[in-house]
Amino acid sequence: MSEKMSENKVTIKKGDSVLKGVGITRVFGYGKSRNVAVDKVDFDFHAGEVISIVGESGSGKTTIAKMILGLIGVTEGEMYYNGQPRDISSHKKKKEYWQGIQAVFQDPFSSFNIFNKIDDLLIDCINLMGMKHKSQEEKVEMMTEACSFVNLKYAELTNKYPFELSGGQMQRLMIARIFLMKPKILIADEPTSMVDACSRATILDMLLKLRDEIDMTIIFITHDIGLAYYVSDTVYIMEHGKFVESGSAESVIITPQAAYTKRLISDVPKIHEEWDLSTV
Amino acid sequence: MGKVMLEVKELTTKYVTRFNEDVYAVDHVSLKIEEGKSLGIAGESGCGKSTLALSLMGYYFSPLHYTSGDIIIDGVNISGMKPDEVRKSILGNEIAYIPQAAMNALNPTQKIIRFVEDVIHAHDPKKSKKEIYDMAVERFKVLGLPPEVLQRHAVELSGGMKQRTVIAISTILSPKVLIADEPSSALDVTSQKMVIKMMRELMEKGFIKSMIFITHELPLLYNVTDDIMVMYAGQIVEKGSAKEMVFDPVHPYSKGLMGSIIVPEAGTREVKLEAIPGTPPNLKNPPDGCRFAARCKYAKLECRTYDVPEKEFRDGRMYRCIHDVEYLKEVYGRDE
Amino acid sequence: MLHQIKQVFRSPKFIVGFIIFMIILLMAIFYPLISSVGPMQSISKAPFTAPGTYVNIEDAVRDTGGQLTLELPIVENRIEDALTADEKQKMITWLEDNGGVAAGELSADDIETLINTWNSTYDPTLVVQGMLTSAREEYKRIDIRVKSVLSVTGVTIAEQGEDGLEVTGTIDYKRFINVNDVANTFTFPLGADNFGRDVLTELTSAILTSLRVGLIAGLIATAIGLALGLLAGYVGGLVDNLITFITNLFTVIPSFVLLILISNSISSSARGVEVVAMVIGFTAWPWTCRSVRSQVISLRNRDHVNLSKLSGHSMPKIILRDILPYVASYVVMALILQISSGILAEAQLSMLGLGPSTTEVATLGLMMNWSQKFSAWQVGAWWAFLPVILSIAFISFSLNLMNTGLDQVFNPQLRDS
Repeated sequence: MSEKMSENKVTIKKGDSVLKGVGITRVFGYGKSRNVAVDKVDFDFHAGEVISIVGESGSGKTTIAKMILGLIGVTEGEMYYNGQPRDISSHKKKKEYWQGIQAVFQDPFSSFNIFNKIDDLLIDCINLMGMKHKSQEEKVEMMTEACSFVNLKYAELTNKYPFELSGGQMQRLMIARIFLMKPKILIADEPTSMVDACSRATILDMLLKLRDEIDMTIIFITHDIGLAYYVSDTVYIMEHGKFVESGSAESVIITPQAAYTKRLISDVPKIHEEWDLSTV
Repeated sequence: MGKVMLEVKELTTKYVTRFNEDVYAVDHVSLKIEEGKSLGIAGESGCGKSTLALSLMGYYFSPLHYTSGDIIIDGVNISGMKPDEVRKSILGNEIAYIPQAAMNALNPTQKIIRFVEDVIHAHDPKKSKKEIYDMAVERFKVLGLPPEVLQRHAVELSGGMKQRTVIAISTILSPKVLIADEPSSALDVTSQKMVIKMMRELMEKGFIKSMIFITHELPLLYNVTDDIMVMYAGQIVEKGSAKEMVFDPVHPYSKGLMGSIIVPEAGTREVKLEAIPGTPPNLKNPPDGCRFAARCKYAKLECRTYDVPEKEFRDGRMYRCIHDVEYLKEVYGRDE
Repeated sequence: MLHQIKQVFRSPKFIVGFIIFMIILLMAIFYPLISSVGPMQSISKAPFTAPGTYVNIEDAVRDTGGQLTLELPIVENRIEDALTADEKQKMITWLEDNGGVAAGELSADDIETLINTWNSTYDPTLVVQGMLTSAREEYKRIDIRVKSVLSVTGVTIAEQGEDGLEVTGTIDYKRFINVNDVANTFTFPLGADNFGRDVLTELTSAILTSLRVGLIAGLIATAIGLALGLLAGYVGGLVDNLITFITNLFTVIPSFVLLILISNSISSSARGVEVVAMVIGFTAWPWTCRSVRSQVISLRNRDHVNLSKLSGHSMPKIILRDILPYVASYVVMALILQISSGILAEAQLSMLGLGPSTTEVATLGLMMNWSQKFSAWQVGAWWAFLPVILSIAFISFSLNLMNTGLDQVFNPQLRDS
């Protein structure tokens, strides 16, 4: 592990605020086509927590994710990273920021550059972590370790192209990538919605195991309120660019307060309780 | 025991790839639905459930080809019919089919009532426009859809409304079987609930005599259908009533599938999700013996050679595994 | 990559296009090697020599070895060759009017009876009342021709001796000689053009030059279009607006008009083949740019690009590694179409006289231009333009067919099941 990483690890304790947003707003377009995707949103994510941002399509949850990742700009508002105002004004600063924050995306098939071998993807991560100078053997050792963490065998993957893998394997490889980078925050944008039910549990387990291993904060972006309940400590419910309710998973989902949350939960099919169809 | 609406015997259909390889996506599937009953088909993507839906209609187009087996709708065998014959005499009044993207099938330049006219005229060209309109208004009212929708264009409706409209139109001739392939998966949860409610009403009011509902979302299936059938690699691995299937699955694969259900209900956080390692086999050359053997915790050596037949162990309850029900129950109990 | 290339060669459309193109290309490369004349060498001293094999008359006469006597209807063939149907009809009319032959007794098909009757009846000294002098003279000319082709005395060969002509021999009218024994013969498979150049040899060199024009124009257009398209699509914002504005400007002004204006403004002394190719390339890029841009915009939001950004790669690296390979197959297809349209554009320009201003190099367009200027159509010299038209058609057909084949391989939606 690099010097910088271990330094950071000392300064951040479990429960400290790692990412805080104040009045975060994002507007797309102007004039008649002006669209406020995210509207004056506040949040505070703590180290080691699993957070879910739940919303239906068009609620602005992916826009928030992209702003947190620094892939798109923030129209208004201030973000604080490790208690400091976030600065990603130059490519160099962004690169530093990205050492601490990473993402797993929804569609494993489009997350890979199909023209590059799997090794290239993993070596990229090693290089970004400032370990470019390491010898080939050391890099292979690191990649082997990362692959075995997600129950894949590096020896079987080396020199392969991503399209030779199944969706579940690809998504696990994405987690191996996170294992190599050991970020402090991971944004998981619907990481299981494109994989089969049987692989879903595997992927969730691996993410949570990784969280325990490196004390990472995971932010799940999802439309699946059941998934949010299953994995997260804190839940934010989002509607039309605003958070309508937030709190511990247990309190928000079992005893919802906001009308929207209540509706959302009642509209999801149940198996242990009667699913009340008369409410629509 | 009600009248049998749809019976399928040993149906096998295949895809022929560009390189002339055969892929048997539906492999000796048999099922039976009685009047007033609904059947759910569950499985992972690529297990053949959507292909089964297409095959049941008897509407075969390259690359999908009919190989063998019978499809009997209310006593009439349609398996040998030509696609054109099927379109004229079966689709619409015998079988209605609703795919996931059904709502995108509406031509945006025409009013909704035109589609109703098309459907009815295809089977009864003499009906006047007035009669059709009255019939459509009546049906829409009963199903809780505003009749004004009939005079609108598809682009003016929301996704959920479009999907419900399509379902109402395709069942206007009260077909004997409705085949719905993920009809609500592209919708938000509220619209999904409305679609489900409407489909239940269709069944209750007798507008459709039986239904096949295909989805990968098990909680949904549990709430919609009477029976559930689990498919794996082109074959049925287990069949039973919805309640039994969800809470008391027998086949190791169904067990894993049911164990992966996530619902936002108190107490479910503590239950550990089940995971099945590995991926389904390639149907271009399926493995010998049990197709699930490679991923199964309880597989024996014989599993890989012995072709397990479908075993019925209670009325309407069927599974496909080399082990006895008692043995499986015991190992499941031990593992927990 | 290798897999995709294999796939390409499974597409029947691509293979047919490829074979046609290779046949044309190989012919263009190898025919000049076996041709005995240079592509730009004027051989024939008359414009538009018809296709055929030409035998040196002196060699044929002088060659005395290997001569054969063949029993063939030589006289009949000569008459057929010498008298037109019109002249035969005139002979019949004369005989019926003045020779006392009953109407309908003679026909143009029974040439033997006609000639015999003519020889026995026709009297050049007879003055027919009302007949114009010119008509009488014409009958006399026909009579002389008939007499001369009927001559079976052979040709007497004489050489200039010290005291006048010395007869060295005669050639019997039934003597034949093998064409292969004649020292000097020349074949024009597709005739000769207005400059007297052998059309086939000239055509092969023109095809090569036109392909070079197409390739230069296509490469320039694709390079500009690709660079601007990538930049506009990936960077977006102001850069995109600016490039889109320029592209729209070029699209709104018909590129052919632009082409004509630019070609016209370059002095004809500077307008070589390469210059014309570059002019075509610099006006053809907008549509490549537009389509590359739209492809890149859809790629820009793909997760692998986001992931590459998160891995800290710089913009040029992302464009080269994560965008370019995805549009590469598309760009290859665009290049093929640009080559094809470059060849057509050159032909169009040259037809209008705005192509390369030279007669020293042949291009397909220039050959068309020359045949038009020297009225090949009016004199019936089809060989001067038809092979050129067919070459253009087959080249662009084969390129378009290859493009469609590639499209089917790279664009699964277009595959037939």
